[in-house]
Amino acid sequence: MLREYFHKATNSTSRREFLKSTALVSGGLVVAFCWPGALRRAIAQQGMGAAMTSPNAFVHIAADNTVTILLKHSEMGQGVWTSLPMVLAEELDCDWTNVRAEHAPAAPAYAHTAFGMQMTGGSTSTWESFEQLRNAGAMARALLIQAAAAKWNKPAADCRSENGFVICGEQKISYGQVADAAAKLPAPSDVKLKDAKDFRLIGKPTRRLDSAAKVSGKAEFGIDVKRPDMLIAVVARAPVFGATLKSFDAAKAKALPGVVDVVQVPSGVAVLAKHFWAAKQGRDALVLDWDLGAGASLSTQTMRADYRKLAQTPGAVAKTAGDVDAAFKGAKLIEAEYEVPFLAHAPMEPLNCTVEIGKDGADIYTGTQFQTMDQRTAATILGLKPEQVRVHTTFLGGGFGRRATPTSDFVAEAVHVAKASGRTVKVVWTREDDIHGGYYRPMWVSRLRASLGKDGKPAAWAHTIVGQSIIAGTPFEPMMVKNGVDDTSVEGAADAPYLAAVPAHRVDLHSPKSPIPVLWWRSVGHSHTGFVVESFVDELAHAAKKDPLEYRRALLPADSRERRALDLAAAKFGWGKPLPKGHAAGLAVHQSFGSYVAQIAEVSVDAKNKAIKVHRVVCAIDCGPVVNPLTVEAQMQSGIAYGLSAALHGEITFKDGKVQQNNFNDYPVLRLNEMPKVEVHIVPSTDKMGGVGEPGVPPIAPAVANAVFAASGQRLRQLPLRIA
Amino acid sequence: MKLDVNGRQYEVDVPTDMPLLWVLRDVIGLTGTKFGCGMMQCGACTVHVDGAAMRSCVTPASALVGKKITTIEGLSADANHAVQRAWIETDVVQCGYCQSGQVMAAAALLAQKPKPTDADIDAAMSGNLCRCGTYQRIRAAVHRASDLLVADNSEEGGHVA
Repeated sequence: MLREYFHKATNSTSRREFLKSTALVSGGLVVAFCWPGALRRAIAQQGMGAAMTSPNAFVHIAADNTVTILLKHSEMGQGVWTSLPMVLAEELDCDWTNVRAEHAPAAPAYAHTAFGMQMTGGSTSTWESFEQLRNAGAMARALLIQAAAAKWNKPAADCRSENGFVICGEQKISYGQVADAAAKLPAPSDVKLKDAKDFRLIGKPTRRLDSAAKVSGKAEFGIDVKRPDMLIAVVARAPVFGATLKSFDAAKAKALPGVVDVVQVPSGVAVLAKHFWAAKQGRDALVLDWDLGAGASLSTQTMRADYRKLAQTPGAVAKTAGDVDAAFKGAKLIEAEYEVPFLAHAPMEPLNCTVEIGKDGADIYTGTQFQTMDQRTAATILGLKPEQVRVHTTFLGGGFGRRATPTSDFVAEAVHVAKASGRTVKVVWTREDDIHGGYYRPMWVSRLRASLGKDGKPAAWAHTIVGQSIIAGTPFEPMMVKNGVDDTSVEGAADAPYLAAVPAHRVDLHSPKSPIPVLWWRSVGHSHTGFVVESFVDELAHAAKKDPLEYRRALLPADSRERRALDLAAAKFGWGKPLPKGHAAGLAVHQSFGSYVAQIAEVSVDAKNKAIKVHRVVCAIDCGPVVNPLTVEAQMQSGIAYGLSAALHGEITFKDGKVQQNNFNDYPVLRLNEMPKVEVHIVPSTDKMGGVGEPGVPPIAPAVANAVFAASGQRLRQLPLRIA
Repeated sequence: MKLDVNGRQYEVDVPTDMPLLWVLRDVIGLTGTKFGCGMMQCGACTVHVDGAAMRSCVTPASALVGKKITTIEGLSADANHAVQRAWIETDVVQCGYCQSGQVMAAAALLAQKPKPTDADIDAAMSGNLCRCGTYQRIRAAVHRASDLLVADNSEEGGHVA
């Protein structure tokens, strides 16, 4: 549904960009363009962004032929450092071995073409910038050809490009040699894009451009940033959400060698030191007196009971057809209640942010998914204009949504520490700070009921969802919460592909509030609805005494993309063929972020040790046209591993207001010895392009749960999955 | 205290309980070694001490005086160690944050067991977490690095002969 929103936003504007060129001070060609007024006005009305008038530079060609592509999206593992340059380089027709990538600065012109702010999320990067980057590449190519033609005094029409050169008859000149001249030419009003059949980069397996830096320790993450006279800060934060600081004593902390300063900030007390170790020792030596407030009584056990009660009552309607209550009267109902817990994102790189306040503005160095929000938040705190805050995006040591906070929590805090101390400072979170720090995937309870027709297919279907809204209270609320329904709470459930074949259905939602900050966690609402819907359909198949694959196939339209993904996965897996003794298979198919993913898991259950072993996963994806098959494969493996961490291990719980988990010892994530053999198959597709960063996550938990049922007869309706 | 890191001598003035990780990162300025958990749970901080893999997040630097410490920056001159080449060939990395530790763990494993089995890899590498889930390609890359090492060694042998 998020995707539908994105598409609406995109389509409401003209897709034609105004192209123009400009020269950077460093010389060479820079292709720039900005988006037209309609989008600008739409964004201004929605309060999302400043006017997008500044030039949007995507490519720089140096005299030595190096092609530097500026990424408006953040590289956080998903591969945009490689796949987006491929898109631009395809049209530019340059030598791929000369291509480099860099993160763009924060500027309005780098705004997401559908969301109107600079951000990376929603598995949107490739499709939202596909056309934009192709245009940028094609325009640069046209200008280079024009410049070479002028130099030779030949018509541009007689010249062509080839792998980084302009050629005319016997004459040949490299892009670098005409880049300066090209930058001075007026931009063509329109450029011709390649036909897909002529692609030489797009669609070809292409290795990453950031590997060498990342295997040699040279890649710079936010936590590696070093600025002159920089101190490291570790912050003592509230032990309970909503607690307020009554008083603190920093005498012991200040006495420690290496500790330089202690300052109070809105989120707590920061200890600044010459190095992390001293800052952390100092933080641990603080004596803090907190007023815990109402949050101190918080417990997930109580919340769960409350959620279950709520699930028995009708909520705000997200989707309805026919008369469900009438259909249920006198019918035999299949009922099930599912639960998933709060989850921390736990990216490998703990959160951090470096802030350097200067005379003419401030510099922020961090790995962020939300440049525009961070820039504005920092500007507000410092009393600056947004453009006076320069955001330097480093590599992100994982994001998964945690580095995209509408409150810019970790950036705002670091700005406060720098402001209060008057120092250049890098705030570093410990792993415990990360696990305790909130912004979790919400806890969800789902109650489902269905009646079956004589053919075994569902005749009526009711789904009540209970969980905190991620969007409520953020600037996205006016766009994404309608009639009390947060789209992201019901995505994957209200638009479940089976509902079209169910004459009477209703999906409704309760959005209880709590002091616990919640956030999008890789695949957002789909992280629970995928599990719930695909588990329940499996239960219905069992009730109807049908094969789980055939049951789904019968419910899905024959030409649906779900069917195509499912059929490919089933064929590659060998669904129905005998498996090794003790092994069983389960499947799931789920659309999210515009891509259709089917997964079949082969598992065994060790009843004695109550252990689940996932041996093999066959995954098929229809994501439309593919830019880099290696990226698609990597992201499917990645989504499966991330989803397995949640399916087998992940759980954040509260007692007396405190988070009960601390680090990877008690918030375990998937380890190498638990990684199944994953096979990824791509459905050849010319349908609309979808994302790949998140869609691999939702199907894995239900595929495994369904396989566990097939193996053991135990229907597990709670994550993490626990054998009884 | 004096520390031998990547063949260079560093004189550092730090508390005796300060873990090597922070001496490397915040005092010496070698940031390739990463902080992930601070309690030997994730392996992002893996370095070699006298050739063996060690978690630098809990080991006080003072315990390593007189020992040879190798970090990711010192593993090879130009990312050309067999493990690094295999990682690049296999397109292992995603966010990359854990990969310094993964590469160091794999290099230590191969130094000990040039032809590791899957079980050897499980045993040696399961202490290194990766949230991007690059495990499958890590496994393939360790095997590939093993092949590259054999090739490297036979080449070197050829020079000697």
